[in-house]
Amino acid sequence: MRIGIPKETFPGERRVATTPEVAEKIKKLGFEVAVETGAGDAANFSDDVFREAGIEIVPNATDLWAGADIVLKVRAPSSAEVELMRKGGCLVSFIWPAQNSELMDKLAATGGTVLAMDSVPRISRAQKLDALSSMANIAGYRAVIEAAHHFGRFFCGQVTAAGKVPPAKVFVIGAGVAGLAAIGAAGGLGAIVRANDTRPEVKDQVKSMGAEFVEVEYQEEGTGVGGYAKIMSEGYQKAQADMIARQAMDVDVIVTTALIPGKPAPKLITVGMVKSMRPGSVIVDMAAEQGGNCELTVPGEVVVRHDVTIIGYTDLPSRLARQSSTLYATNLLRLLEELCPQKDGNAVVDMDDEVIRGATVVKDGTITWPPPPPKISAAAPQMATAAPPVVAEKKPLLPAWARTGLGIGSGALIFYLIGANAPADFMEHFTVFVLACFVGYMVIWNVTPALHTPLMSVTNAISSIIAIGALIQISSPGTLILALAGLAIALTAVNMAGGFWVTQRMLRMFRR
Amino acid sequence: MSEGLVTVAYIGATILFILSLGGLSHPETARRGNFYGIAGMAIAIVATLLGPKVTSYVPILIAMLVGGSVGVFAAIKVKMTEMPELVALMHSLVGLAAALVGFANYFDPSAHFSGVEKTIHESEIYIGILIGAVTFSGSVIAFGKLSGKISGKPMLIPGRHWFNLGLLIAVFVVGKQFLGADSAATGVVPLGIMTGIALLFGIHMVMAIGGADMPVVVSMLNSYSGWAASATGFMLSNDLLIVTGALVGSSGAILSYIMCRAMNRHFFAVIAGGFGTEGGTAATGAKPEGEVQPIGAEETAELLRSARNVVLVPGYGMAVAQAQHTVYEITKHLRDKGVNVRFAIHPVAGRMPGHMNVLLAEAKVPYDIVLEMDEINEDFPETDVAMVIGANDIVNPGAQEDPNSPIAGMPVLEVWKAGTSVVMKRSMASGYAGVDNPLFYKENNRMLFGDAKKMLDEVLQHLRG
Repeated sequence: MRIGIPKETFPGERRVATTPEVAEKIKKLGFEVAVETGAGDAANFSDDVFREAGIEIVPNATDLWAGADIVLKVRAPSSAEVELMRKGGCLVSFIWPAQNSELMDKLAATGGTVLAMDSVPRISRAQKLDALSSMANIAGYRAVIEAAHHFGRFFCGQVTAAGKVPPAKVFVIGAGVAGLAAIGAAGGLGAIVRANDTRPEVKDQVKSMGAEFVEVEYQEEGTGVGGYAKIMSEGYQKAQADMIARQAMDVDVIVTTALIPGKPAPKLITVGMVKSMRPGSVIVDMAAEQGGNCELTVPGEVVVRHDVTIIGYTDLPSRLARQSSTLYATNLLRLLEELCPQKDGNAVVDMDDEVIRGATVVKDGTITWPPPPPKISAAAPQMATAAPPVVAEKKPLLPAWARTGLGIGSGALIFYLIGANAPADFMEHFTVFVLACFVGYMVIWNVTPALHTPLMSVTNAISSIIAIGALIQISSPGTLILALAGLAIALTAVNMAGGFWVTQRMLRMFRR
Repeated sequence: MSEGLVTVAYIGATILFILSLGGLSHPETARRGNFYGIAGMAIAIVATLLGPKVTSYVPILIAMLVGGSVGVFAAIKVKMTEMPELVALMHSLVGLAAALVGFANYFDPSAHFSGVEKTIHESEIYIGILIGAVTFSGSVIAFGKLSGKISGKPMLIPGRHWFNLGLLIAVFVVGKQFLGADSAATGVVPLGIMTGIALLFGIHMVMAIGGADMPVVVSMLNSYSGWAASATGFMLSNDLLIVTGALVGSSGAILSYIMCRAMNRHFFAVIAGGFGTEGGTAATGAKPEGEVQPIGAEETAELLRSARNVVLVPGYGMAVAQAQHTVYEITKHLRDKGVNVRFAIHPVAGRMPGHMNVLLAEAKVPYDIVLEMDEINEDFPETDVAMVIGANDIVNPGAQEDPNSPIAGMPVLEVWKAGTSVVMKRSMASGYAGVDNPLFYKENNRMLFGDAKKMLDEVLQHLRG
């Protein structure tokens, strides 16, 4: 099958759906790959680099769409692009079906199949094709870089000859992938980072990134289905607003990433809070595309309101085009691998596969969105933690004191029987034997585990002390005894010489 | 040399043996310990030779020269990866020698006992030969299994516990006959029968034990060879043999105990054999979720290069592939680059206690970066890359997470807590315990498939390149 990658038509979009390196790997799956001329220019992948990788360059979009069985794109197609789409063809890109019902109808009308990268279910197996995460990661990083660019001071605190510079304080609202990336980037620049999220389980993740987790003083859990956040109660929202208001007065930079799937972004930062911030502060509103977390955000633009710079860029990943193209292209490659497990260049949309089923929003002209809810994988560890007590309940046959008593009793009985019956001569040897066992016990526990093999070979060599027995007997009359004892001496001599020698060889190797 | 001097020499030898074992508590004192052992042995033999009981020297000299040169030859030739086989083979020699000494002692006409003393003496002979024969045949089978001449799978005959019980009863019945015999000629038949039973028992016992339990078997046989020496000591009324045998016997017993604890198994369960096959429990552990993510040598090198803390977990696979030298080269390269590289050794990694330490020592890995499980397990969360080289069951998170797993409760190395774990394996086959390993399906785990030596060579090339 032939895969086509057109140039993105959305204004300002710099990303491209494949890179020369990934395109080569797609070819190895058995596909033909064609790229529209200039598709990668904005992301610094020139036509020549594609040609060097053996990728065909198609001069215009019409030819490319007409010739491709599968089209890979970044942005959702425009109406013009949908018209170019082949009857019964296949398209893979971001779609946002919930927000774009009109587009969905148009796509369904082509009779083709559409896979939406934004609808890939968030389960462990699908992580490698989770383009939302990879884009969010880039966006979070870029958000901090944009903030640093517009912020009039160092992020990092310094004591210089020209005076002391305090570190910037950055507050991140929403610690999803983007939020965590922002925390990491801000921390890397040397800022003091705080973060908040409605989902309590991300607290540890925030701390692991080296940031302080700011709690909202209100009891409510904010985890919705599939690891996303949900809408919180009024009481919680009020407590949260108080907390943000306090932070706004203190910090220099706020990065907001609060999103609720399929809903407009919650307005967390009011005009009053913006006014309370110090002059020169920066707000990066990463939720600008969904209306913004700040009341004053203008989507797609940088505005200064009440001496506070509010960045509302909606194309943060595109501003790091080369990086985001590389990651997105790899996500697509993983999807193609899922579609084409045989590596024979034939993609099959298997609706029984949970990942593919989730991503497929239009199948052969029928809208298949929304998919059935994902199976919650979090149930498994809970079961595992509940199970161990059941195993532990297996009671031993006797209680511990009875077993100890039984052990001591039987030991005493054996000693009594031996003492009562054996002759004095035997008892002497027996005393020596028991004491030697204890000495051995004490000495061996001190042996370091690293030397267990030398211990075995040296004890093995020492156990050839049995030779003494044979040595004593060999002088007794009779050829049979001579033969038996002689053989025994030879065998133990092998052991003795070999055991000590090999121990020495091993021990010589141990060095610091 | 009088009897008194011989006894004094024996006491000296005993002290030297104890010092020898004590010396092994640390690598720095270990070599001195070995010399103590050699000195003790030399003193004991010389004292015996000069003592009043030995009169014919020629056959002794011949036997010792022949045996000694064979031993030295074997010790020089043996590869470090073959140590378990060599040790098992040597145990069999001690066992055989103990049995031979027992027979020789029985036929010795110069010994005169009567009444209770005769019974005790003969039971000592009987027990001495019994232990010796079991040690011999068991060690031979263990050698076969370790060297791959016999399949490592446990061989289970139906009703094997009844079979063992039958053999035990037979040993008692024959023993009664033996004690009742009035002359050496009539006693030799039951003695021979018992030897046969003992040999059969040794074979059957080790055949039923799986390859993964070999560390326990080897140390158990080590212990047996000690008890055989001790029994011989009782037989000959020789305290030196009793003490030495007891030292070796308790050493082996403690090692077996340590190995069993490391596998969270009961000693008798190991000896009863047939791990992972009873009632088909092997497959009942929860099926792991997720997907295996393969990785190439180049990406592995990249991972290692960008890591600050690396822990390497060697297993039997490293021994099989003889990869320890490449492992050392990689370690050296990374350490020169300032990477903190350490080794984590599970007590039962490999086929005998301390097997991995010896291999790493052979490859010149400094022993102070080779750590035990308890020392390093809590460091995994701070580790960037944990690389598992040919190990499986000892890094199976199922032992902690899945109460239904056959290895549930076994202490394991928690490599999955590291930033990324890389598992080197030939294929997806399960380990000796026959348990699927959920580690392979973890998100932060990568599989590097192929022969350990070959893949590590490639990793090293990319590291240097």
